[in-house]
This record gives sequence, C-alpha cells and structure tokens, in this order.
Amino acid sequence: MTAELTTESDPRTPPGSTEARHGHRRRRSGDNGQARAAVLYLAPAGVLLIAVMAYPLYQLVQLSLYEYGQAQASGGAPLEFLGLGNYATLLSDSRFWMVLVNTCGFAAVCVLGSLAVGIALAVLAGRVRWLPRTLLFLAALGAWATPAVAGSTVWLFLFDQNFGLVNEVLSGLGWQGMAGFSWTYDRFTAFGLVAGEVIWCSFPFVMVTMYAGIKAIPGEIVEAASLDGASAWRTARSVLLPILRPLLIIATIQSIIWDFKIFTQIYVMTDGGGIAGQNLVLNVYAYQEAFAGSNYGLGSAIGVVMTGLLLLITVIYLWAQRTTGENT
Amino acid sequence: MRFWKLATAAIVATLLVGCGPPQVDQSNSGADSRTGTLRVWLFDEANRDPKEKVVNAAVEEFEKNHRDVTVEVRYIAVDTRSERFTGAFNDPSSAPDVAEFGNTDLASYVTAGGMSDLTGMIEDWPAATDLSDSVLDTAKVDDKVYGVPWFTGVRALYYRTDVFDELGLEPPRSLGELVETARRIRSERPDMYGIAAGGKYTYAMMPFIWAAGGELAERGNGSWRSAIDSEASRRGVRTYTSLLDPAICPPDQCAQLTGTESVQAFAGGKAAMAIGGDFNRTAVNEGAAGEKYDVVPLPGQRTGSIAPAFAGGNLLGVLRSSDHSTLAQEFIKVLAGKKYQRRMYEAMSYLPTFEDVQDKVAADDPAIEPFIETLQAGTRFVPSTPAWSEIDAQEILPTMVQRIATGEEVRPATRRAAQRMNSAFGDR
Repeated sequence: MTAELTTESDPRTPPGSTEARHGHRRRRSGDNGQARAAVLYLAPAGVLLIAVMAYPLYQLVQLSLYEYGQAQASGGAPLEFLGLGNYATLLSDSRFWMVLVNTCGFAAVCVLGSLAVGIALAVLAGRVRWLPRTLLFLAALGAWATPAVAGSTVWLFLFDQNFGLVNEVLSGLGWQGMAGFSWTYDRFTAFGLVAGEVIWCSFPFVMVTMYAGIKAIPGEIVEAASLDGASAWRTARSVLLPILRPLLIIATIQSIIWDFKIFTQIYVMTDGGGIAGQNLVLNVYAYQEAFAGSNYGLGSAIGVVMTGLLLLITVIYLWAQRTTGENT
Repeated sequence: MRFWKLATAAIVATLLVGCGPPQVDQSNSGADSRTGTLRVWLFDEANRDPKEKVVNAAVEEFEKNHRDVTVEVRYIAVDTRSERFTGAFNDPSSAPDVAEFGNTDLASYVTAGGMSDLTGMIEDWPAATDLSDSVLDTAKVDDKVYGVPWFTGVRALYYRTDVFDELGLEPPRSLGELVETARRIRSERPDMYGIAAGGKYTYAMMPFIWAAGGELAERGNGSWRSAIDSEASRRGVRTYTSLLDPAICPPDQCAQLTGTESVQAFAGGKAAMAIGGDFNRTAVNEGAAGEKYDVVPLPGQRTGSIAPAFAGGNLLGVLRSSDHSTLAQEFIKVLAGKKYQRRMYEAMSYLPTFEDVQDKVAADDPAIEPFIETLQAGTRFVPSTPAWSEIDAQEILPTMVQRIATGEEVRPATRRAAQRMNSAFGDR
C-alpha cells in the first residue's frame, strides 16, 4: 500500500508535463505522495482528535468570550459579546487568587507526597521476597482501583468526629484531646486529610511505574558501579536516577495534571469546599461559581485559565528536566 | 508561510467573534391543539406511591372530561431537575406541556424564556381568589404569574417535650428566649445541642433576619441590591450566629450542618430543639425523638410574635414551547384545584395553598396547626431574580454564617456577603 502510494505520480500533474520531466520536480512529487500517505494514515486519528479535542476546546474559548448563562443558551436572552470581560472579572476576584494559591500548594504537596511514597515503596518492593511484595502490590492496587467517591467516603468514616476509628484509637491510646476532634474544621488539617486520601489513591501509579523501571535496569550496570567502589547512595544518584529519569518525568507530569485537577476528594470530603470555602480548589470553585449557577461563560474562562496554567507548568517542568538532563 | 499564519489567525478570530455560541429558538409554533397527548413532568419522591395514586385519579377525571386526550405523566428526579429542565428548554421537541417545579427555580426558568405567562388564567379562575397571597407571590416574576402553587411548606420550631419537662422549661416565646433556653439546655445536658442550628441551613437563618426587620435584598429602579448588611439584617444574623457557639451548638460540629442534617440531629436525639418543616415530620417520627416532641411556630423578636417563615413549595406551570397550552391550563386547574390539593395533603401531608383548605386540614389534624399558623401569619420569599440561583449555588450566605461562626465579626462578614450578592445581581 505504501509503495503503491509513494510511487504513484500526482494525478493533478498531467503525465509528460514540463514539471514532471525535471528531476527535482519528480522528487518533490514523490515527497508529495509520501505526505499524502501520511495524511491518509493520520486522518482517522486526526478526525477523532478534532472531534473530541479541538472542537470542545474551540467551544470553550468561544464561550469564555460571551455572557453565556442558561438564559442565553435556551434563547431567553440575547447574546452579549464581552471580549475578555469574563477574564477581567475572574482576575479581579480576590477569591480566585486565594483558590489558585490553595490549588498550587495542595497539588504540590500531593505530587511530592505521592512521588515520595511511590518511589520508596517501589524500592522496597524490589528488595523484599515475593510474598510481602505480592501483598504490597495487592494493597496498592486495591487503593488504586477504589473509586474516588468511595475512597473519600471511607476516609471520612475513618476520621469521623464522633464515631471514627482514628479518633477512637488515638483517644484510646491516651490522647484525650482527640476524642471528638473535628478533622475538617481547621483549614490545614482538612487539607492534610484530603491530601492523605489523594496520596493514598495516587501513589500506586508511581510505585508500579518506578518498580517496572527499576526491574528493567540490567544487573551488570549496578554490579559494575559497585566494582568501581561506588556507595549505594552514589549508585542511586549517578547510575539509577539517570536511567529512570524518563519514567520519573512521566510519573511527575501525570501527577501534576491529576492533582491540579482534583475535584471529587475535595468536594466529597470537605463538603463542597470546606467551612466558608476555606478548602476550595480551582475545579470545585469553577463548578460552584459557574456551572452550579449556570454561568457558563465565566466557567469556561476558568477552564481556559486552568488549561493554560497546566500547559505552562508542564512546559516549564519539561524544559527544566531537559537542561538538567544535558548538564549531567 | 507568513500568509498562512495570517490567514489562520484571521479564520480563528472570525470563528471566535463572528459566529456566537449556540442558541435555541424558543418560540412555539403558535398551535393550540385540543386533542392528542398532554405530557406532564412531576417530581419523583422517596415514596412515590401515595402521590402517584392522587395524580392518577386526577388524570382519570381529566381524561373522562376530555375525550380525545391522553395524559402522559413522567416522574423526574429532583436532584437532576436542573439538567432535565435545561434539556427541555434547549430542545422544545422533548419538552413537556405541564411541569412541576420548585418556586426558588422559577425566576431562572422564566429568564431562560421557558415558562408561559399564566396571569390571565389566574384572573379567570374563580377558585384562585382563595389562594394564599404570600404563597401566590412566590409564583410571580415582575408581577406576572408563571405557575399555580400546588403545595407549600414552612418551617417551625421542633422541641423535645421530655427535656423541657425535666428542666422545667417552657417553649420560647421570643428569639431572645430561644437563645437563653438553648444555652440553659446545653449547660444542663452537655451531650446535647441546645438547638441544632446548621451553618449551611440558610432557610433557618432567614426568619431571624426577617423577624429583626431586615431583608435579604431590596428592589429599587428595577434592579436588586443586597440588604444583608443593613442594621436590621445584621441584628438577625447576629442572633442566628450566636447559636453557633460552644455553649449551644459548637461550631466545629454545627458549622457544616445542612438543613437535613440539622433535622437529623434532632430526630436522632442529639438536639433539644431544631427548626424543621412540616415535610420533616415523618423523618422525626421515625427517629429517637419519635413520640417525645412537639412543634410551635418559630417566635419573632417581640414576645408572642411569630417570625416570618420562608415559603417553600412547588408550582405547576405551562412550558412556553407547549402546543397544548389551553389543555395544559385546564389540567393544572384540576390537579392543583382544591379537591386534589386536599387529597395530596392526605397522601403526602404537603400543605395546601388555598386558605380555606388549610383551615380545614388544620381543624382535622392538630399536629399540622403550628405550621398553618406560621403560614397564615405571613411568609416571605427569596428575591425573585435568576441571580438568586447563582447566589445559592455560590453558597454566599452559608459562607457568611460560617465565617462568623469561626470568629469573624458580623459587620465585615455581612459586608463581604453583600458585595458578592451585588455582583451576582449586577451580572443580570
């Protein structure tokens, strides 16, 4: 199929025309054929991507430029073009900045937490026998497979103020202050609790990825390093880490994207953003501010800002990785 | 290359600015057919059977009087009503002719252009003169009626008779007494809340504001402005938030309680008092507080007065896209008429909206009397503007209450809430 397509001359060029007789022209037409083949092969994926990615993104950007609520959608009110009005409203809202800081801080803690736990357990899994390793993997996969709503609810039960196991155990151990302690009342304990749940359900991805990476490192390399007299720390830093870097990048970017977009855990565990909205993150804020109040224009603006921020963070991270990668 | 870049930019800009986002043409065909299928949407209930029986009887009666008409009733879930109505407004061909909806949703449905004006129908319907005025007000936007009140609901004060007897207390007769009584109970019974006052229980807070002479918002020159930071409203907010105190209902337990959770705390025996609706009676009867409670109207500022309650309830309306509007109106006159309101009360214990029917049911059932008394003492409603759904969704008032409960002063908290409310009003 490829061969046929690439050797076929362009039908738009009549055979024997001046263009076809020149050598370089013929080469161009061969290139064209290849390009056309590539386009043909990519077309199905392209159509799908345009349908499910480009068009919604286009709609998102477009909606964000209008005053667009339920009244406008169902034709009860005329459309009003606001230009960047929704963005101006958003950026001048002090709550948006508070929520943005919340989101970044919370995502950072969750990313670092799940990376640390995931890597530590991956290393551990590489060093223990198969039974503890299997148990470890079963526990991790169980956490990974638990639906977010179910996981959050179970954690809430465990940390319930009056009937929770955690408070019972802590006060049973003689820590009297913990009887009837509310984990969701204070802003930071509430964030801490949710971060715990998020790390619990997202570390398995890091662990499995890193474990696969560690297992794929040939034994000879580590052996060579130890023959050269490198310490365990030196081996990890200068031999294993560079080999694992691509996997680490993937795990980190995935975690950043997931944790930045957290919705369920915050929504369920802090009851829609905590007391007086102290635990709001961007996604919950967008939902509350815009979609629950059917102010789709503003909601889209928040969506665009979030997409932009995520792209920016990812690009910066990739760039930082590339420069440090070149230095070592 | 440069040309292509410019061309792409031009195309994208034209697409973004030139053709706007999708909009639906809401106008109907102008047809008013007297035969065919009349589609009706009603809300599903936790226990639908009794409601369905009453509705089926009404449908049967209506079909007997209208030979070539079939009524198709569908029950939709309350939780997903917003999606369903949005869908109906966006696609008129899948919309019903008659729909039940909550009165707090009315303003946004009307602004969306989804409901038809029923003012003429109410004027020509003799029975409508018996409709309670304050309840009929909840069906109006800009002095036009868009729905017939089918049933209403108000909240009153539930209290534990056993606790009050043991401590030698009388049900409070003013809001000041209410606070004192609640404090007294918790000092004697530290395992109980004096009153279950939820930080997210906005409908329990509103009567405190109205009783103090305050308002949520006021209308002037056609636009709404928040009045939550006025002197009088602040007094009401201060009284309500004084209940969220370690000596009455500790903030670390009560700041996050919703209305349902507050009533549950009472039903479960955790609270000595609670503000609950007539529609909560079944839940309370089934709980630990079961036989040991009574209800009085929530007292107002002055001794012996009644605090104005929020008039919740559901309406029956006709969709603007309906091509059976006359039939739809006639069906509403049957289903929301006196006969079937009475039956709905017997089946579901939903309060009727006709004053003469209210008097009759109160005479038959003393347990419902405090609610009827509250209703007839005059009720209030939230600002009838679509901005209200936004204010509600953004949890502006619960946030305000929670801020005060966690230590902020009343003045800055109400001022901030007023600013946020005004920006929601200003959007419209």
